[in-house]
Amino acid sequence: MPLEDAIVLGISRMSRVLAIDAANRVARVEAGITNIAISQAAAPQGFFYAPDPSSQLACTLGGNIATNSGGAHCLKYGVTVNNVQGVRIVLMDGEILDIGGDYLDAPGYDFLSLIVGSEGQLGVVTEATVRLIKMPEGARPILLGFGSAEAAGACVAGIIAAGIVPVAIEFMDRPAIHVCENFVHAGYPLDVEALLIVEVEGSEDEIATLLETIAEIAESYRPLVIHASQSGAESALIWKGRKAAFGAIGQISDYYCMDGVIPLSKLPEALHEVGRICKRYRFDVANIFHAGDGNLHPLILYNANDPAELERAELCGAEILKLCVSLGGCLTGEHGVGIEKRDLMPVQFTPADLAQQMRVKTAFDPSWLLNPAKVFPLEGRDLK
Amino acid sequence: MTGNLRLGFHAPDSSAELAHLVAEAADARTPIEVRGRGSKHGVGRPVQTGSVVSTERLADVTLYEPSELVLSALAGTSLAEVERLLAEHDQQLAFEPVDLGPALGGGEGQASIGGTFATNLSGSRRVLSGAARDHMLGVRGVNGRGEAFKAGGRVMKNVTGYDLGRALVGSWGTLAVMTEITMKVLPAPAETHTILCFGLTDTSAVEAMGLSLATPFEVSGTVHVQAPLTERFSDPDIAKGRGSVTAIRIENFASSARYRTAKLKQRLAAYAPSAELDTERSRRFWGEVKRLVMFRGSERPLWRISTVPSRAAKLVGTIARTLDVRAVYDWGGGLVWLETELTSDAGAIEIRRTLAEFGGHATLIRAEPASRASVDVFQPLEASLMSLSAKLKAAFDPAGILNPGRMYPGI
Repeated sequence: MPLEDAIVLGISRMSRVLAIDAANRVARVEAGITNIAISQAAAPQGFFYAPDPSSQLACTLGGNIATNSGGAHCLKYGVTVNNVQGVRIVLMDGEILDIGGDYLDAPGYDFLSLIVGSEGQLGVVTEATVRLIKMPEGARPILLGFGSAEAAGACVAGIIAAGIVPVAIEFMDRPAIHVCENFVHAGYPLDVEALLIVEVEGSEDEIATLLETIAEIAESYRPLVIHASQSGAESALIWKGRKAAFGAIGQISDYYCMDGVIPLSKLPEALHEVGRICKRYRFDVANIFHAGDGNLHPLILYNANDPAELERAELCGAEILKLCVSLGGCLTGEHGVGIEKRDLMPVQFTPADLAQQMRVKTAFDPSWLLNPAKVFPLEGRDLK
Repeated sequence: MTGNLRLGFHAPDSSAELAHLVAEAADARTPIEVRGRGSKHGVGRPVQTGSVVSTERLADVTLYEPSELVLSALAGTSLAEVERLLAEHDQQLAFEPVDLGPALGGGEGQASIGGTFATNLSGSRRVLSGAARDHMLGVRGVNGRGEAFKAGGRVMKNVTGYDLGRALVGSWGTLAVMTEITMKVLPAPAETHTILCFGLTDTSAVEAMGLSLATPFEVSGTVHVQAPLTERFSDPDIAKGRGSVTAIRIENFASSARYRTAKLKQRLAAYAPSAELDTERSRRFWGEVKRLVMFRGSERPLWRISTVPSRAAKLVGTIARTLDVRAVYDWGGGLVWLETELTSDAGAIEIRRTLAEFGGHATLIRAEPASRASVDVFQPLEASLMSLSAKLKAAFDPAGILNPGRMYPGI
C-alpha cells in the first residue's frame, strides 16, 4: 500500500532464472520471479524450492524475502530465511552489495537474517541464491477428523511429541471445511468440527509406516474420521482444497485474514477465545491454518461495503492479535506488520526493543526513505 | 556519569545486574570482554580489555516444551546440560554444535549455550537441518548501551519486527550480550547408519558426497577425512590405515534407515562403499567428528573454510601446492577444516589468495595469540560490507565496548 507522496518501485520485470546449480543444490534468480517458477525451473533436475505460500502462483521471491514467507510445508523445510543463502541488495546510497552466495554460511555478521523479514525497509533485493532440495520419492496426506478443536489440537501435539515431524499439518474448522468442500469437492468429511491434513514423505513403504503410526496416535484423541489418501489424484485434490481455501471463502463473503501465531499447546484455548471474540463483534469466523507451527489464520467474515463493519472487523482482528501475544505468541507469522499492525507493535515489544530494531533500520537507511510508514509506530521514532 | 566499572572478572547473577555493568562500562567507554564459559576464549583476534563480563552464572533452562519443539535457556547454561536434557526426551539440537574444546587443547563439553549461538559453529547435520542460526527463535540480551531488549519469541513462525536474535548468531559477542536464548529443538532419530568408502581421492570423495546429498534419502552428514588424520578415530576399521575415509550418514526410523542405506549404497557403487557402521558405531564416529578429534593434540594452525562444495577439492589441492596441509571435508565439501604448517602467517596469505579465486571465506580457529593478533582471523570483507558492518556495530554498541576487535579491527 503506497503512501500518497511515495514512489512505487516494482521488481516484477526482474524475473529471470540466472542459474540452476544442481552440483551445489542452489538456484540464483532475480527477485521478481514468482515463487512457483523457481520450483518449475529446478524440476527437470529433480529439485524444488521449499517455501510454498498459498499464493505461490502469484507472489514473488522478493516479496517472500520481505515477509519471510512460509507455507504449508515449512514445518519440515523451514521458512524463507532458512532457504536463502545469498542476496544482491541495492542500498539507499546506491551501493550494490552481494551478501552470501553459493556457499552455506556467509562471512561476517548475518545480514541475511536482518534483510529477510524486513518488509523492504533496509534495501531493495534484486537477486537471490536459494537452496534447492531433492524431491522426495513420494508424499501422501492423511485426513483426521475430530469432534472438537481441542481434540485436533491435542492430536497435533501428540504426533510431534512422538518424534514425528510431518512435512505439513494443516487445520480447518467446520465452516472452512464446508466452504472448501463445496468449492473443490476434495472429499473432506462434513460431519466433523475440525479436520487435520497431515502429510508425510518418503518411499511407499516409509509413507505407509508413518501414516500407520500417525493413525495409531490419532486413535487416542477419539477421531471421527481417519482416511489416508489412496492415490496421487486424491492427494492432489486434498491439497487443491486447502490451497484454494481463501479463494473459496472469498466466493461467499468478504473476509479479513489474520496471521497471529501462538504456542502449539495453547491451540484449543486460542481457538475458543477467537470464537468468543468474533461472536462479541457479531462476526462469523472460519479458521484454516498451519497447525504444526501454531500460525493461525482466522478469517473474519464481514461486508466490505459497509464502512462500519470494516471498522468493527479491524477492532475484532486487533483483539485476536492481542490474544495471540498474551498467549505467548506474536502478531504476525508470515504476512508482515506493514501499516495495518504497526500500532500494535507496543503490545509485543517494549520501547527499548523497538528502539534497537529502529537503530538497525537507520544503519541501512539513515533518512528512512524505504517503506517509511511500515512496521514501526509513527510515535517514538525520534531516537537519540 | 556513573562509569566506574571495576577492572577484573564479573559474573553477574541476573540480567539486570549485567545490564547495569554494561551501562557503567558504556558511560566510561571501558571496553569489556564478553564471555560465556570461556571455552572458545582462544579463538578470534585477542581482545585487550581490563574487564571481563561473563554469563556463566546465568545458567538455567527456563522453558522446555517437548511437544512444541522449543527450549529456552539462560546464556551461561552448559551446552552439555542442554543436550543431556534433550536426550532424556529423545530430542536434540539438530545443528549438532561443534565442540572446539579438544582441538583447542581444552576439555570436552565446556561450552555454554550462549557461546554456541554467538559463534554459529554448526556441525555435520547442517547440510540437512541448517545451522545454529536456523534454530534461533528468540533472544533476550543487553546492547552496548546497557539496555535490555528482546527480539523474536518462542514460536516457530514470526515476522513481527526485525529478526535481531538471528542476527546476533555468529557475532561473537560484538553486538550485544545475549542473556537468554529460545531455540527450536527436534526429535532425535531412532537409528543412524553410516556408509564408508576408503581410499577415495579428495575429488572423488567430494563427488560421492555431492551425489549423496542430491538423493531423496535425507543424508544428514557427509565427511571426508584425509589420511593420516583417520588414525585419531576410535573405530578400528577407520583407524587402521586404509587411507582416507569418506562417511555418509542416514538417520531415520529403523526400517527407513535400512531401506535408504541400501538404496544409497547402490547409487554409490562407483565409489566402492565397503563398510557400514550400525547405530552404535555411527554415533561414536559422528560424536568424534563433532568433537574434532582429528585435530586433537596438535598445535598446527587450524582453519575453517566455507566454500562452494563442488570446488572444495580443487581449492585444497591448489593451497597444497605451496603449503603442507591436512584436510577434513564436511557439508559435502562446503566446509573444509584445514590444518596448515606453522608459518609466520599461519598460511593466511596463500589461503585467502586461493579463496579469492574459488569463492568462500576462511576463519583461523587455532593459532598462537601472536599470529591471531597479526593476521586477519576472520575473512576480510569488501569495503562496502565492512562499512555496513561498522554501522550495524554502532547501532548496537555505539561506544564500541563489547569485544572490541574480536572479529575485525575497529568493530
